[in-house]
Amino acid sequence: MIYLDNAATSWPKPPEVLKAMVDVLEHAGGNPGRSGHRLSVEAARVMYDAREDIARFFNIDDPTRVIFTSNGTQAINTVLKGLLKPGDRVVASSMEHNAVMRPLRSLESRGLIVDVIPCASDGSLDINDIATAVDSTTRLVVINHASNVAGTILPIADFASITRRAGALLLVDAAQTAGVLPIDMKALGIDFLAFTGHKGLQGPPGIGGLVIADHVDTQQIEPLMRGGTGSQSELEEQPEYLPDKFESGTPNIVGIAGLSAGISWVMGRGIEKIRAQEKELTVTLIDGLSGIASIKVHGTHNPEKTVAIVSFTAKDKHVSEIGLKLNEDYCILTRVGLHCAPAAHKTIGTFPEGTVRLAPGVFTTMDDIKEAMRAIEKVVGS
Amino acid sequence: MTEYGVVLFYTTSSAIRAEKLLKKRAYTVKLIPVPRQFSSDCGVALRFDWQQREQVTSELDKAHVEMDAIHPL
Repeated sequence: MIYLDNAATSWPKPPEVLKAMVDVLEHAGGNPGRSGHRLSVEAARVMYDAREDIARFFNIDDPTRVIFTSNGTQAINTVLKGLLKPGDRVVASSMEHNAVMRPLRSLESRGLIVDVIPCASDGSLDINDIATAVDSTTRLVVINHASNVAGTILPIADFASITRRAGALLLVDAAQTAGVLPIDMKALGIDFLAFTGHKGLQGPPGIGGLVIADHVDTQQIEPLMRGGTGSQSELEEQPEYLPDKFESGTPNIVGIAGLSAGISWVMGRGIEKIRAQEKELTVTLIDGLSGIASIKVHGTHNPEKTVAIVSFTAKDKHVSEIGLKLNEDYCILTRVGLHCAPAAHKTIGTFPEGTVRLAPGVFTTMDDIKEAMRAIEKVVGS
Repeated sequence: MTEYGVVLFYTTSSAIRAEKLLKKRAYTVKLIPVPRQFSSDCGVALRFDWQQREQVTSELDKAHVEMDAIHPL
């Protein structure tokens, strides 16, 4: 089997991740921050250590500004729904995932002003277009770090300086880049980073997070949910203290332990090494597929400007048919269609048909890629 | 004579952070359920040697760990 769907979720997971998840259930199975007995305290320690790891990984000082969520979507919703008020203006790119677009469209129907800046057909975004769109009336800029459809990387640091100059805040959707590209929130100037644990960070599904930069005033953000936090139980009002304000209900300690082990694994291997390997595989895919006459490779062909995501379409063949044949006849696992990102497909010109998306990961070999390309050539016909 | 004291915190994260920091500096501390007489809170408190209350308070202040209250046990 050749798994080329790492942009949906990475697979397989490092054995260390599985082990950490079993260990936490065996040895730290209490409810963190609730009961005060040894299993509860041990779970709280696991959780706090994970916060410190993540704070270090994305470079913020205060670990209590790492907010655990179920996934990237919840992290994005926390900022969009918690910060934005009717009449506020928000700027997004036309390459955003529905994790961003759906909450934005919903808020728009209640008075939010949403400006979507068109990207080029390769998924890139002209910095001048952003500079023109962002002004003193902008409350928030929300942008993906790399597209889940085309892989195109956006220049976050440039957006951050424009955003900051205008007095707005910047939310970055790092679903496709955390664990794959270095993300230093201070150096890049990111105010909010939404990440998921089950892709490049090698953790399990069901865990993600919102990292809030040290300087951001969190009083201006309403929590998405309210409930038990294990703190200030005498009050029926939600505490303002971090991280409790944004973390109600029993946390996913198993997911947190797995995520923490995943991040350690990524750090052990080294982001540079992971990036170099994925770049090599991506270049081979882009070059090889571009050489097949009936295939069009979408997105940028410049390996410096894309993560390991390659989207293609073929003449006279539906993407669903290609995906099905690859799965049934060759045991090659891809994702076809619109990838929860209609705006991105409209931008690159593949709406409503969609594309076949190939997403290698850290466990993909060059042999896998070559075999996949041979199979694709047979399926689409040259 | 009072043997132990407890530090109460607003969040479990602060309690864990305080424990980590003080253990690293070789203080004898322990996280315990918050004694009922101090708070209706359901979280944890940090028990420490009452003789060391000044050092403990100053270490936590220096590290900007927010404390709710300190009581002798």
